[in-house]
Amino acid sequence: MDNLLLMLAPLFSSKLLLVLFFGTLFGLILGVLPGLGPTTGGALILPFTMTLDPLSAIVLLTSIYCAGTYGGAITAVLINTPGTPAAAATCLDGYPLAQKGEAGRALGMATVSSTVGGIFSVVILVFFAPILAQLAYEFGQPEYFALAIFGLTMLASIGEGSPIKNLIAGAFGILISTVGKDFMTSIDRFTFGINELTEGIGFIPVVVGLFAMSEMLTQSTLINQVFNRIALKAIKLPSKDDYKKTWKTILRSSGIGSFIGVLPAEGGTVASLIGYSEAKRFSKKPEEFGKGSIEGIAGAEAANNAATGGAMVPTLALGIPGSATTAVILTGLIIHGVRPGPDLFREQPDFLYGIFGSMLIANILFFIFGFFGAKIFARITLVPNKILWPMIFAVSVCGTYSLNQSIIDVWIMLFFGVLGFFMRRYGFSVVPVIIGLILGELVEGTLRQSLVIFEGNWLMFFTRPIALTFFILSLIALAFPLIRSRKIKKKK
Amino acid sequence: MSNVRKQKRANKSLPFFFKDEFKVSFVIIFVSAILLITTFTFDIVPPILNRGIQPATFPKALLILIIAMTLIIYYLATKNPWKVEKKLPKSFFLTLLSFVIFIVVSKTLDFFLAISALSIFVSYCWGEKRLFYLLLVGIIFPIIVFIFFETILGLRFPPGIITNIYYS
Repeated sequence: MDNLLLMLAPLFSSKLLLVLFFGTLFGLILGVLPGLGPTTGGALILPFTMTLDPLSAIVLLTSIYCAGTYGGAITAVLINTPGTPAAAATCLDGYPLAQKGEAGRALGMATVSSTVGGIFSVVILVFFAPILAQLAYEFGQPEYFALAIFGLTMLASIGEGSPIKNLIAGAFGILISTVGKDFMTSIDRFTFGINELTEGIGFIPVVVGLFAMSEMLTQSTLINQVFNRIALKAIKLPSKDDYKKTWKTILRSSGIGSFIGVLPAEGGTVASLIGYSEAKRFSKKPEEFGKGSIEGIAGAEAANNAATGGAMVPTLALGIPGSATTAVILTGLIIHGVRPGPDLFREQPDFLYGIFGSMLIANILFFIFGFFGAKIFARITLVPNKILWPMIFAVSVCGTYSLNQSIIDVWIMLFFGVLGFFMRRYGFSVVPVIIGLILGELVEGTLRQSLVIFEGNWLMFFTRPIALTFFILSLIALAFPLIRSRKIKKKK
Repeated sequence: MSNVRKQKRANKSLPFFFKDEFKVSFVIIFVSAILLITTFTFDIVPPILNRGIQPATFPKALLILIIAMTLIIYYLATKNPWKVEKKLPKSFFLTLLSFVIFIVVSKTLDFFLAISALSIFVSYCWGEKRLFYLLLVGIIFPIIVFIFFETILGLRFPPGIITNIYYS
């Protein structure tokens, strides 16, 4: 009961409500604009959160996360371009349905299923995160090392790119985290005599570079691209018949999305693809998928929004990001001096339940904004890239500079922008780099401390049951893409 | 699907050193090898003070892992070639050039001026010819961002021609 009251606290704080309102609105705008999204937006807004108290800062980031994930559906339905990668599966049926003159119905279903998925995942978060945090009390350094390894091996099975390319990108992310003074011995590593590098490479320049700047370079190759926009008259709430057809799909996808979200390093993109394919598998009319099936939209959208709450579970309970955007939220927590993990649940329940409550409210707010304002948000896509991206550049540069007031950070951002562009061009996803960078310190730190505990005996890792379980799960995660590709080959 | 096959076939006919998979693998292995050599220059903790592994051991292991995985992707690519990417358009190289201009101007003249120059340059290269919009992205918006960061976040921008005038 106390926890429920703590969850409702944001409703009684005008400041938090204002932050939620702004975060949801900003998240929707970011979600609608192709190339931007909650990860880039979160990274861009991170410096501004320094002016806020920790709860308001995290509420702002989580509301951007929830609304941005939904916002991608608007562009997916109307211009056949996913505003966010998580909305890619929504294009498959959203756009064909819009082409049939039912854009309002498609967006109505996307809005309702996103909201249900989002709220479902917050409920999972409220019940599951404290249990996971309780389990984490049993974790020592070796267990955290094994968990981080499990998180990294999960990169092999994320949606984009080949498994090995994802693992290379993840290893590269960890390598970036080793730049600077070694935390155990203070010995310089990869600093090349540059003083600014002794503190290491910051998270913000890397994220803004890999997401915003590389996208700017990608957009520079698409300046002649023409989008076929479908006019939207008004969003329609789903009919009784639509609800009858889709309620099972929405619930199933909400469960799938929440589960996928909880897995370290996975996120909305994988969730929506699995949610979509499961909706097709269970459908009475699978032949309609890809031609404007309302179940397809519901399956993809409920799953990707359900992944938001799911991804917050390992982030808050263990300090392991569940997705790229939660990696940004995790950075926000660290910047504000909040250490995620079991102690957070014991010492700051008001803070945690404030976040849970805010996520719940954000899901309701984006439903209202989406329902009444989708037409306006759709118009944002009309802002030409030649105006939009130079503006994003100005904000990116100032935002990156502002954290440490270092021009080197800006150059690092530009370097990662170019690198990110070529990575994406040759099929390397940039998400693993971010996850690797976040987990890098944890992996190295726990490995080295474990070896001190074990007096250098590596085999001792396998004598700890929880660590051993994570290692076995890691092997399964590595083998999974192989098994999957063999199955696909056999089917063919 | 047939386009992808065509692109893959086109890639197959190229000599191996012109293929994307070779170029990408070569760059990764080359850079990793240089970094691996660099790790041998890291200071070594004397055995009496050393607890656990040396600071260079972890990066070394990572780099060896990256090289090994790159060899695997190259081997896999010889069996299943990557599709040939389209040539990059002029606008991409101009945008890349604008990054270089930004670095040079921000280092030598002024940070604000660099943002302004890049914004106008990129906007123009991407096809914006209307003066009002060029001024909007190149001057009005950067001023708003500058003032916003300066007043709300209390940020002090690096000294330069224009910034010095503002601060004085």
